[in-house]
Amino acid sequence: MSNLLTGIGASAGIAIAKAFRLENPDLTVEKKQAEDIKAELENFNQALKTSKQELEVIKEKTREQMGDEHAEIFSAHLLVLSDPELVDTIRNKVREENVTASFALKEVSDQFIAMFEAMDNEYMKERAADIRDVSKRVLAHILGTPIVSLAEIDEEVVIVAEDLTPSDTAQLNKQFVKGFVTDIGGRTSHSAIMARSLEIPSVVGTKTITDEGKNGITVIVDGLEGKVILNPSEEEIQEYKQKQADYEEQKREWAKLVNEKTLTKDGQHVELAANIGTPDDLEGVKNNGAEGIGLYRTEFLYMGRNELPTEDEQYDAYKKVLEQMDGKPVVIRTLDIGGDKELPYLDLPKELNPFLGFRAIRLCLERDDIFRTQLRALLRASSYGNLKIMFPMIATLDEFRQAKQMLEEEKQVLIDKGITVSDSIEIGIMVEIPSTAVMAAQFAKEVDFFSIGTNDLIQYTMAADRMNEQVSYLYQPYNPAILRLVKMVIEASHKEGKWTGMCGEMAGDSVAIPLLLGLGLDEFSMSATSVLPARSQLAAITKEDAEAAALEAIEMNTAEEVKNFVEKKFL
Amino acid sequence: MAERNFTITAETGIHARPATQLVNKASQFESEITLEHKGKAVNLKSIMGVMSLGVGQGAEVTIKAEGSDEEEAIKGIEEVIKEGLGE
Repeated sequence: MSNLLTGIGASAGIAIAKAFRLENPDLTVEKKQAEDIKAELENFNQALKTSKQELEVIKEKTREQMGDEHAEIFSAHLLVLSDPELVDTIRNKVREENVTASFALKEVSDQFIAMFEAMDNEYMKERAADIRDVSKRVLAHILGTPIVSLAEIDEEVVIVAEDLTPSDTAQLNKQFVKGFVTDIGGRTSHSAIMARSLEIPSVVGTKTITDEGKNGITVIVDGLEGKVILNPSEEEIQEYKQKQADYEEQKREWAKLVNEKTLTKDGQHVELAANIGTPDDLEGVKNNGAEGIGLYRTEFLYMGRNELPTEDEQYDAYKKVLEQMDGKPVVIRTLDIGGDKELPYLDLPKELNPFLGFRAIRLCLERDDIFRTQLRALLRASSYGNLKIMFPMIATLDEFRQAKQMLEEEKQVLIDKGITVSDSIEIGIMVEIPSTAVMAAQFAKEVDFFSIGTNDLIQYTMAADRMNEQVSYLYQPYNPAILRLVKMVIEASHKEGKWTGMCGEMAGDSVAIPLLLGLGLDEFSMSATSVLPARSQLAAITKEDAEAAALEAIEMNTAEEVKNFVEKKFL
Repeated sequence: MAERNFTITAETGIHARPATQLVNKASQFESEITLEHKGKAVNLKSIMGVMSLGVGQGAEVTIKAEGSDEEEAIKGIEEVIKEGLGE
């Protein structure tokens, strides 16, 4: 009987093939006295040599398949293997303590791993993973335990593993590896990023695939929806083969649109932008032909570390994004932390209602040391591209004025120091609190643009916590109440000659797109992979039809009615 | 023994690629080469040693080389540093 697992779709596409389990070899090492020190040292040297040769091959292969930047990581691995502090310490340990090379290697590399993991710098922490990956390879050679080599796979498979290391991922041969599924990991884990750049369908974070995915059983990987089917029925296989063919066909159609402008059937232009979390996402932005960045979530700079990022670190990241977008608009949202996103090192008190609490701009106005550092980094980077700054969670005009005032003050400080700051930075706000949507006409006189954050706007309008499964039926993007708020915001901005974008999930939703076009939305910002489908959809709709449909939809009674109406008319 | 002081001006300090370049350069020489910062000295041929020092922007560092090619070593390292790390 077939068995369905769900996880996170890390790389889009469908794969159907036999499972190939990537087992972690048993590399447990016990403390043992060496019987022959000379032989131990010889064994260690040989293992080092073989590992280096393997890494050279992997590095070259990576360079060919993925380019210099991805290959760089293996240069670092090779340097670790040549590091006298590591290698000599291991040799000395074998000699002086009379222990086996495998034990000495384990002890010494664990010390280094612990040291790097304890550092409060993200870059250094990643080095711990490098050392782990490299020492595992050498240890396997010392022990004579063969590492399952992905390079040797010669039939079509879906890889099943707890997780994939960088060197595992780099060895994936696209000809045979059709997809992979892991227990752990998220959309931004290293293996997920590599999978996207290799375009191998994958689902990560299934928690239990290694318990259930036996070698040789048939597996369907649906990277589009984050589903994995084990032992599918014949009908399921046929269904997914069709889905796979449709997706491939569609991808070919979409690919033709990469360099096209986004135009409706009657030639109206709207802007399709992408949401990003880190500069690493820029590759996807380019490959999918986004016309700008509609939301750069800066929180990722602050997360997964033990201290605030410095002004220079932030400046580097912002500058990189602005430069690479080459004059296209880049909307950077200032720190949106609190709610479901915590920063342990800020030591914020636990709240009963975190979504209604001390978060985003509320926190930034109070902790203006943090906020001003970010503003300075943004201002310094502004001369490298087309920067627009956006404040999150604005509830009152006064909050906007205070934030803007701080921005102006920091700008003056920088100018006085002789630092170049762009004088055409637009300053806008997220509209995600109903009070702000209702007061849009007043806000529109002072802001340069609006960007509607639908995930929060919906949860606040419907008073339904989006983390609470039991009220998830109230998460209704097509509810006429939401559509009316969106309409109010867009109209208010246009009246003052300003523009409105949308950067929530809704902007890339195929049911919402015709309605948003009809309501006059100027910019749609979505995950990069949704850009081409949206462009293709918009090309088939006239603005006139969309306007008529939107007017009808806002007069409807329920979300369900709206959905059925749009699906019948446009999909 | 040959010795020289530098000030690191690169914004990221001695991290990532610059660290790799320094270690690669140092490894080309016979001499023992150390990098000193805030009273701590590490082997400049060790990538992990160099990175563990956490040398940031504005740091004063001392490079010492001792051995048959110590002068050339210092010169070679000076070139790498001046190419983008500091002065």
